[in-house]
Amino acid sequence: MLAILDYKAGNQTSVRRALDHLGIPCRITADPAVIADASGIIFPGVGAAGQAMRELTSTGLDALLTEQVAAGKPLLGICVGCQILLDYSAENDTTALGIVPGACAMFNQALADEDGAPIRIPHMGWNQVRLARECLLFDGIGPDAEFYFVHSYYPVPRPEYVIGETDYGLTFCSVHGRGKLWAVQFHPEKSGRPGLALLRNFAAYCQEA
Amino acid sequence: MLSKRVIPCLDVRNGKLTKGIKFKGNVDIGDPVETARLYYEAGADELVFYDITASSEGRGIMLDVVDKVASQIFIPFSVGGGISTVEDMRAVLLAGAEKISVNSAAVKNPDIISQGAAAFGSQCVVVGMDVKQAPVSAAIPSGYEIVIHGGRKPMGLDAVDWAKTVEALGAGEICCNSIDADGAKTGYELTLTRLIAEAVTIPVIASGGAGNPDHMADAVTTGKASAALIASIVHYGEYSIRDCKERMAERGVKVRRVW
Repeated sequence: MLAILDYKAGNQTSVRRALDHLGIPCRITADPAVIADASGIIFPGVGAAGQAMRELTSTGLDALLTEQVAAGKPLLGICVGCQILLDYSAENDTTALGIVPGACAMFNQALADEDGAPIRIPHMGWNQVRLARECLLFDGIGPDAEFYFVHSYYPVPRPEYVIGETDYGLTFCSVHGRGKLWAVQFHPEKSGRPGLALLRNFAAYCQEA
Repeated sequence: MLSKRVIPCLDVRNGKLTKGIKFKGNVDIGDPVETARLYYEAGADELVFYDITASSEGRGIMLDVVDKVASQIFIPFSVGGGISTVEDMRAVLLAGAEKISVNSAAVKNPDIISQGAAAFGSQCVVVGMDVKQAPVSAAIPSGYEIVIHGGRKPMGLDAVDWAKTVEALGAGEICCNSIDADGAKTGYELTLTRLIAEAVTIPVIASGGAGNPDHMADAVTTGKASAALIASIVHYGEYSIRDCKERMAERGVKVRRVW
């Protein structure tokens, strides 16, 4: 059973719907006992980093997440859940979880797209991920696959944690992680077949781990 | 590199499509959930549902449609039509939509945009604007005016000014619909689309007038839109989503081609 961390993130029911569709048992929960018992944790997120961290710290889920990762529980962070695994986010000047070294920066409107026009913010729509190193989450997913992004801030982990990169005005880290922890800036639950395949790969890993 | 999006739009009344959809070689389909699933399979990047239901019972049916769509298709979709309060927005988002679209309600009460953005995030809030050409005047310097009620009621509001206003209020995206071009199938209103796209830094969806895939390519090149909204050209089997994307790709437009 996968635990979808319940901290009132906007996309938690979308993640549950995708896992239900795949026949993967899951629960949206904030119960420490249920989370401790789960084979893996999905850490969703939509909205602002400041609000997300306030929700986590006020419920003690921040400490729980840190403990679970330290204990070797597989974890997948999504979007804001990917960003606030880092030390800091420029969004709302937020001290974040500090589970992965790095920070989160805002896209700069001075950046230009491939036509030389200023990039639009948020980065909204379908884009590709170039793997910097092998990642089992992408097993069976071709290099041409695209994923759905919607965000104005992007993760900047220390280079050794970068797993995948995406181009939008600049090259940014769209997948980071270490060991049994992965974080994706895009929304696998809204990325059609490739996104579902990624969720299935994560669930399969959790089951075997 | 970000792909330009292809977005079919489905009109729904009382839980049924207002006109049956006829995919290439298929029979008429009136069920919005089944149609959404077919477009998902066919490579749509996103979907828009426009609910033209007037009754409160019909609104309940729409939430049920949204819930079913969200359980079967795994691409983003938005719902518009009749949304005028934060509670309306919340109901649709909780039912499983990614975005809500406000149109005339935003013109009458612009605060709904900032309230929605504060409650759910800008990325959830699309402002739809219906636009008609108008004589250039002090009030309408661009020559494009915001209209409501399907184009029947001009609002004395300049389209470019309004686009900047909604961006400042926290809209995450604008869907710019030309009433003049709508239904004519002679192409999007490219001058308008470009004016709006250049006036704001949020993404702009071109709407109204698509008659063939070249028009879609025009919207995202000359028109500088981030996405092309389509309806009849795919609903009645003239073109598939793949046809549209292949032509756009031939024209040098980056589109999502693996799904």
